[in-house]
Amino acid sequence: MVSDITLGQYLPGSSFIHRMDARAKILLLITYIVFIFLCSNAISLLLVALFTLFIVLFTRISFMKYLKSMRVILFVVLLTGIINLFYGSGEPLVEWWIFKVTAAGIYNAVYVIVRIALLMMISAALTFTTSPSDLTDAMERLMKPLAIIHLPVHEIAMMMTIALRFIPVLLEETDKIMNAQKARGADLDSGNLINRVRALLPVLIPLFISSFRRAGDLAMAMECRCYNGGNNRTRMKVLHFSSVDLIAAIVSLLVFSSVIVSNIMFKNPFV
Amino acid sequence: MSLIRAENIRFVYGEGTPFEKVALDDLSFEINEGELIGIIGHTGSGKSTLVQLLNGLLKPTSGKIYLNDKNIWENPKKIRNIRFKVGMVFQYPEYQLFEETVYKDIAFGPKNMGMTDEDIDKAVRSAAGFVGLRDDQLDNSPFDLSGGEKRRAAIAGVIAMDPDVLILDEPAAGLDPLGRDALLSQIVDYHKTRNNTVLLVSHSMEDIARIADRILVMSKGRKYMLDSTRNVFSKGRELETIGLRVPQITKIMMMLRDRGMNVDPTALTVERGFNEIVNYLS
Repeated sequence: MVSDITLGQYLPGSSFIHRMDARAKILLLITYIVFIFLCSNAISLLLVALFTLFIVLFTRISFMKYLKSMRVILFVVLLTGIINLFYGSGEPLVEWWIFKVTAAGIYNAVYVIVRIALLMMISAALTFTTSPSDLTDAMERLMKPLAIIHLPVHEIAMMMTIALRFIPVLLEETDKIMNAQKARGADLDSGNLINRVRALLPVLIPLFISSFRRAGDLAMAMECRCYNGGNNRTRMKVLHFSSVDLIAAIVSLLVFSSVIVSNIMFKNPFV
Repeated sequence: MSLIRAENIRFVYGEGTPFEKVALDDLSFEINEGELIGIIGHTGSGKSTLVQLLNGLLKPTSGKIYLNDKNIWENPKKIRNIRFKVGMVFQYPEYQLFEETVYKDIAFGPKNMGMTDEDIDKAVRSAAGFVGLRDDQLDNSPFDLSGGEKRRAAIAGVIAMDPDVLILDEPAAGLDPLGRDALLSQIVDYHKTRNNTVLLVSHSMEDIARIADRILVMSKGRKYMLDSTRNVFSKGRELETIGLRVPQITKIMMMLRDRGMNVDPTALTVERGFNEIVNYLS
């Protein structure tokens, strides 16, 4: 079934991380990403990795879920790792034709794999613990300053909310249409690439049409209720910074400053 | 000889995940050739799952389904042939239309079956005739048709494959009363002309009472009963315990009977009920 995909999946709960303000989570995530690329040696990377595991544990969501969310990008991670493996400088340890593996290569490969894995995990922690509406709401608040340069912040956030909201609906719709065409003998699972793409047309065309229809209906419904976004709009759920966020911010700052300290104290042997 | 035979079928959604849900359990029944069977049941009773099992879109977790005494999953690679024999019209089938013209859309199924152009032409025109689409509409884009006509075009797309069994899941849902009656009459006509087997899933007891020979009543993933239409609706109180009701006219006749009027309490159609009351009064 198509609906097996875990994509930006929200898993409701009441853990420490769940209770954090979405804005705080996004800001800390951005800082985290910056720091993951600032880690210049194994010790600081290990520090960030431990911090990540700590967060993952605190979300009280089974580790399997995180592994599943990484399955999608496994190929990309491995490919980047392998490319890095052959691009190290210095004395080759193993040499074959144009490929040579150096100690720096191995180091870089492991490094890049760990970095991407951590990135995926922490992003998953965000989407697992934050409902899509909170997430877009927070983004809107954070992007508000950009309204000065006439960026339609509210409209962008609204579009994101709608897009996220309709992912499961469209998946279900795809499933239905696929079944209907299969019942008429459409062969979706065999043949060469060109035939397969052609076989998808009977699924894609109805899907596009129904998406347009839905978009039209939704726009009409919003117009009927006199929706106009943006200025002076109040919210049903107001975001609040709380002590939870303060604690999270302090812990993160401690971790990030120790990353800086370890970067200064220990030098990367290969740079 | 029975055309379709289900033996102890069980179907579980998402087996082995936390979302595991038993949709059908220990379901056995036989359907004979040429019958018009109504399938009724409360929401979530497993009707839609059942019909998808019958044409091989889903595979039973355990148990077997026989078509003409042949297990339909005997050769999983040939399951497409079963889908041609057991035509399936889903709920709101108008959303599956995709071709440039109505003609091409109806021809999609027959083409997949590998029919010759001549046979396809015959199949398309006769299917369009059954559902009441005019010849000049065949060259239009399916998206220019009205809602009801789209529905007809989609149903024609399945009828054109000339299946031995035609399954319709809520074919009249969302149509106006006139369109509803017309569509049901066309289904009955089709059933009588081709003399094939039709399975009709519906929430409307009135529709089912009007056209079905026998009724399969589903409740919580199990067969509650499979009996003649008359017998099923004579058990009005039992049906109410599983969240179903009898046609309104039958209900009225039962109440009249309870109050001492000597009328047939199982009158299934308004005409029949009317005649019963007239007879009693005269």
